[in-house]
Amino acid sequence: MIWPIDLAILTLVVIAGIGALMVKDLLGAAILFGAYSFMMCLLWSIMGAVDVAFTEASVGAGVSTVFFVAAVFRTSRRTKD
Amino acid sequence: MTDLISTVVAKYNYWIYITLMMIGLYAMIAKNNLVKKIVGMNIFQTAIILFYVSIGVKKGATIPILEHGHGPDVHHVVHAVDYINPLPHVLMLTAIVVGVATLGVALALAIRIYNNYNTLEENEILTQVREK
Amino acid sequence: MKIIGLIIVVVTGALLIYAAADFPAWSDPASPASTYLSPYFIEKTMEETSVPNIVTAVLADYRGFDTMFETTVIFSAGVVCFFLLRISRREEEEPETRYYRHVLTGVTIQLKEGYKIPPSADFERIDAVWTPPDLIIKTGCRILIPFIQLFALYVIAHGHHSPGGGFQGGVILGASVILFAISHDLRTAVRRMSEKLIGILCAVGVSIYAGTGALCLLLKQNFLDYSALAGVLHVDPITARSHGILMVEIGVGIAVLATMIWIYNNISSAGRYRQGL
Repeated sequence: MIWPIDLAILTLVVIAGIGALMVKDLLGAAILFGAYSFMMCLLWSIMGAVDVAFTEASVGAGVSTVFFVAAVFRTSRRTKD
Repeated sequence: MTDLISTVVAKYNYWIYITLMMIGLYAMIAKNNLVKKIVGMNIFQTAIILFYVSIGVKKGATIPILEHGHGPDVHHVVHAVDYINPLPHVLMLTAIVVGVATLGVALALAIRIYNNYNTLEENEILTQVREK
Repeated sequence: MKIIGLIIVVVTGALLIYAAADFPAWSDPASPASTYLSPYFIEKTMEETSVPNIVTAVLADYRGFDTMFETTVIFSAGVVCFFLLRISRREEEEPETRYYRHVLTGVTIQLKEGYKIPPSADFERIDAVWTPPDLIIKTGCRILIPFIQLFALYVIAHGHHSPGGGFQGGVILGASVILFAISHDLRTAVRRMSEKLIGILCAVGVSIYAGTGALCLLLKQNFLDYSALAGVLHVDPITARSHGILMVEIGVGIAVLATMIWIYNNISSAGRYRQGL
């Protein structure tokens, strides 16, 4: 395990997570959540959990982002918080 | 110096999991928009998965796929210290896929609520419920 | 609410950080999680199941009962999405309004109250929010999708030796169909893979898993003890366990594939199946 990359990605994960919750546009939140999932996937592959990382890359970064975008498309995009 | 770095690395990891978990919890409690709440729920979930995966990490070990799987020395002796603990991975692998299924149900509920009340904001929905 | 939430979160976080001081050191080979149970699985998996990927072996064999119910949870989630959102044609208040576009001239026609044009080469049906057809996206996706599906099949079949397995392969297969629905339109995708077929596939996936377990039961062994299949497959009991894992992975893959498409179809069209993303 390479700890400088580990620490850098841990910080990026927190930034992406806060960004997904702060942004005022739900479509932006969906995309930032996809970025968050992908950072998570990188973190898990650093930790050696290849199966979990593979699942997260296909499920979290792929399909759940599509679900979010579809749901935002069917509801509204604007939000106040 | 090496000791200091390893202490910081160890504690920083745990602090980040707790931070992520609390970000998710805060979003679920305090955010007004339903989709934001669902994003918070997913962040909470991935934080717990991250914690479990990190339990399995071993220094100096490799990924849990056995070497010499087939070939001449199939009966190669396997040492447990050479491989990362696979059990947390198994638990969390299914949790991720079940997580996306529950995400689908949550979004379906959000769409139903939007169709009824024409808004995703929690306070506006509550006002409409009280008026009825 | 924000202040109460903040207080709760800060207090819980502080308690957890206080508790984190007692955790075993990061990546310590002697931590309790890595010393009691897991050495058994790491050392014995190869002799007992002949599967090099320990995660797959534990997932589908040692913990097979649990994974079966995880698959059932995914199946139920698909069914719940269907029941929450699907609006059948009979329940709708107003008849459908259809839009057609004349291919040669680009004239758009709106037909109200459920009238329709019989399918022909001159007119194509379009969505209410119409985006011009993009040749590059359509062709690119059509080239890409077979390779994605081939890779997904590889992931399912090769889960014994490399990262992967039923869950990942099923999701990638589902994603390829979702990509088709996004690049063309939902109606084309539903015509290729109808709702009925998706529902049947969902149930078939779970049934393959449970059926493999029941087959072991019929062959006078415990439920999901794949070594019972040795007589049927004409192999030794250890290889039979490896083959049994492949069978249930295929079941998981089919169930996950169908559920992902089902949830996507329902969410992206809000249950009407007329027009998607």
